[in-house]
Amino acid sequence: MHSKASLGLKIAAIGGLLFLHLPILLIFVYAFTTEDKSYQWPPPGLTLQWFEVTWNRPDVWQALGLSLKVASISTLIAIVLGTLCAAAVARSKFFGRETISLLVILPIALPGIITGISLRSAFNIADIPFSTWTIILGHATFCIVVVYNNAVARFRRTSSSLIEASMDLGATYWQTLRFVILPNMATAILAGGMLAFALSFDEVIVTTFTAGQQQTLPIWMLEELVRPRQRPVTNVVAMVVVLVTFLPILGAYYLTRGTETVAGQGK
Amino acid sequence: MTVAIKFSGVSRHFGIVRAVDGVNLEIAEGEFFALLGPSGSGKTTCLRLIAGFEQPTAGSIAIFGEDATQVPPYRRPVNTVFQDYALFPHLNVRDNIAYGLMVRGDGKSARRAAADEGLELVALDGFGDRKPSELSGGQRQRVALARALVMKPKVLLLDEPLGALDLKLREQMQSELKSLQRRLGIAFVFVTHDQGEALSMADRVAVFNEGQIQQVGSPEDVYDRPQAPFVADFVGASNVLPADIVNAVIGTHAAASLRPEAITLGSGPLGGVVEAQAFLGSATRIEVRCNRQIIKVLIPKGGVVPAIGEVVQMGWAPGALHMMDGAHG
Repeated sequence: MHSKASLGLKIAAIGGLLFLHLPILLIFVYAFTTEDKSYQWPPPGLTLQWFEVTWNRPDVWQALGLSLKVASISTLIAIVLGTLCAAAVARSKFFGRETISLLVILPIALPGIITGISLRSAFNIADIPFSTWTIILGHATFCIVVVYNNAVARFRRTSSSLIEASMDLGATYWQTLRFVILPNMATAILAGGMLAFALSFDEVIVTTFTAGQQQTLPIWMLEELVRPRQRPVTNVVAMVVVLVTFLPILGAYYLTRGTETVAGQGK
Repeated sequence: MTVAIKFSGVSRHFGIVRAVDGVNLEIAEGEFFALLGPSGSGKTTCLRLIAGFEQPTAGSIAIFGEDATQVPPYRRPVNTVFQDYALFPHLNVRDNIAYGLMVRGDGKSARRAAADEGLELVALDGFGDRKPSELSGGQRQRVALARALVMKPKVLLLDEPLGALDLKLREQMQSELKSLQRRLGIAFVFVTHDQGEALSMADRVAVFNEGQIQQVGSPEDVYDRPQAPFVADFVGASNVLPADIVNAVIGTHAAASLRPEAITLGSGPLGGVVEAQAFLGSATRIEVRCNRQIIKVLIPKGGVVPAIGEVVQMGWAPGALHMMDGAHG
């Protein structure tokens, strides 16, 4: 009786999962196909040659390098600025605090196309030529939000009496920062940074508006799709993108899991 | 007697809120001192002023004769047991207890020895490797206590230390704290809103209301000889008789306090109608209306409890009526 009642649910769940993940599996399968001009089902044959072809394509390496560089630097910027901003908003009271909190979160709520257009026109007005740094600035806008959100939540859960307890026991401000605040914040900041990295790595819209002539990996893939040659190379790159973005997200999940009830819970 | 803590005209204002307002206070070395008052009366702010978490808006604070008004918390010879215990969640119990020694730069073996000594002091031997999240509320409190005590403070500050514990544990901790304080011989300053706790544990009590000290004295002083209507009412729910009633009864125009348990029924100068009864277990409390005034009377178990609506006369032993100086409540 019990299992019968949930049969419909099971089917729905399996259907939902297939809908979500079958296309991704198809991408993986096509990375091994022998047909390189169209996506033909079933693949006429399987081969590993596209991995070698991809490995030897300099444009792939260039795009991957740029993407990693952009994601790393904008994540670093986001970690510094996002954590400091979270500390200010969570730890002190000042006029306009809620407004600032909202303004910091806004870039992730805004459609990317708005962020992209506004940055592009701002760069134009300021006469800043497009470069790697304009992409990084664009990505930092939403990367900061992710780090900020993680950090502010942890700050709020960390009882302020922990800081007072540390100073009460003889620790100076710096010692308190080093021995109490940072260890308590570390996992939250790291998780935020990993999410920010994943977001930046596969970002297309803001990048399109701020990149100029350079190609990050997602942009390279978009362009590659319209070309008729060596199509499975795109699929191989797609697998790499999945791995590079999935691992940090998984890491962030494990880092923040189970910490809800730890920090600052005295009673 | 050496003065451990001295407040001279100390005020702490938060905007327009006068959390602490012109407090003068002396706490002696080795004394068990209670800061008693309702929520928002300024008692916790006073404790935080001693610890250094707050700076006085006016006045000065001296610790063992040295001006400490501008001294940061980490340079004061006092340590605090926080209301929420504030144990560091990322450290195990031993590292929590040794935290103060670690930031001071003590070696590993010295820290370990001190931590084990601290654990023994609070009867938690063998708990050193646990995380705070693996302890019960009572155990966390003991760890917080040990963490403060291994610093060998000259004054231990306790902020509502027993508030989060259940009744049985609280009574047990009361007597343990008391004997600990006797053994260590240092001053304990503890904040509480529970008058029973303050009276049973403290050598002296300061009763706070609205940022000011209403009375400082021994538990007997504040219970039997309240100097202000607030003290009479807050410490043991005494009856506060307004001046006109006192005038009619004994011919002195002043407010007075009268303990519910000091009143005997039968004959006496004050008459009224019984309005309510409440059975309290070891006694029954009745409320008697005399004109505008409600008088609470405590009848011990076995005594005759009058019915509601009955007219009774109330008397008391000479000296039970305590005049309050300068109070016209």
